[in-house]
Amino acid sequence: MTRIYAVDPWVEKPLEAFVAEAGARLALLMTPAGQVIAQYGFTRALDVMAAAALGAAIVASTGEISKLLDEPTFSVLNHQGKRHGILLAGFDTPRGRMVCLVVYGLDSTPGLVQLFFEEFSRDVRDACPEPEAPKQVLAADFERELNESLATLFRT
Amino acid sequence: MSDRFKGILDAITRVRGVRGAMIVVWQDGLIVSDSLMEGVRGNAVAALTSSVTKYAEKVMLASGMGRLQFLHLQASNGVLLVVATRSEILVVAIAEPSVNVGLVRLELIRAAEAVK
Repeated sequence: MTRIYAVDPWVEKPLEAFVAEAGARLALLMTPAGQVIAQYGFTRALDVMAAAALGAAIVASTGEISKLLDEPTFSVLNHQGKRHGILLAGFDTPRGRMVCLVVYGLDSTPGLVQLFFEEFSRDVRDACPEPEAPKQVLAADFERELNESLATLFRT
Repeated sequence: MSDRFKGILDAITRVRGVRGAMIVVWQDGLIVSDSLMEGVRGNAVAALTSSVTKYAEKVMLASGMGRLQFLHLQASNGVLLVVATRSEILVVAIAEPSVNVGLVRLELIRAAEAVK
C-alpha cells in the first residue's frame, strides 16, 4: 500500500486527504529550493530527488519570467499529457513558501486537482506550527537531521 | 467573458429560478465562461460536475444506452442540470428546486447547439 512519508508529521493528514480526493498518483511537497517535506507514491529515492530538483527548477524559471513581466509570482502551473497531467503550485505558510508537485491520471481532471489543492493549501496553512527560533547549526546535528529526514522520506 | 458566450448564458439565466450557468470543458473541469449569482463556487461546481458527468457517462455506456446527453441532479435546496455536447463541452445550470426544468433543459440544449 502506498502511503505518505513526511518529515513534518503535521503535513500528513492534509496530504492524505488531498491525494485521496484529487485522485493524485504522486505528490511531492517541498520548499522552493527543492528540500522535500513530504511525498506520496514515489517508490525510489532517486525519483523523489529528481522530481524535487526539476520541480524547484521550474519554480525558479517561472519566477524569473514573472519578474520580467512585473507580475507577482505565478501560483499554478499545469501540464497535460495523454495519460498523465502535472500540477505544480506554490502557497505561503507561516514557515515560508511551499511548493507541491502533483501527478494525476485520466481518472482526475485539472479542475478537480486545482479545487482540492486550494483546500490542501488552506489545511496546511492551518496545521502549520509557528516557525521555531533559529538555532546554531552544528555539523553533527545537520548530518543527523539530514539522515533522519532521508530515512523518513525513503523508508531506509 | 466574450459577447458570444455572454449571450448564450444570458438566455439560460433569464429563466426564473436559475442561479447561474456555466460552459465547462468536460475533460478538464475548467470554466470557459460563467454567469453566476454571488455565493456560487463556480470552480468547485465545474470541477465536480465534470467528474460526476464522466461517471454518469460510464453508467450510460455500460448499460448500453449510448453517450450521455442530459443530467439532472436534484437536492433539497436546488437542482443541477447539465447538457453534454459532442464537442466535449458541458453546459451547466444551477437552479432553485421550483425551477421549470423543461424550460431550462430547452435553453441548455439551445446553448449547446450554439456552443458547438
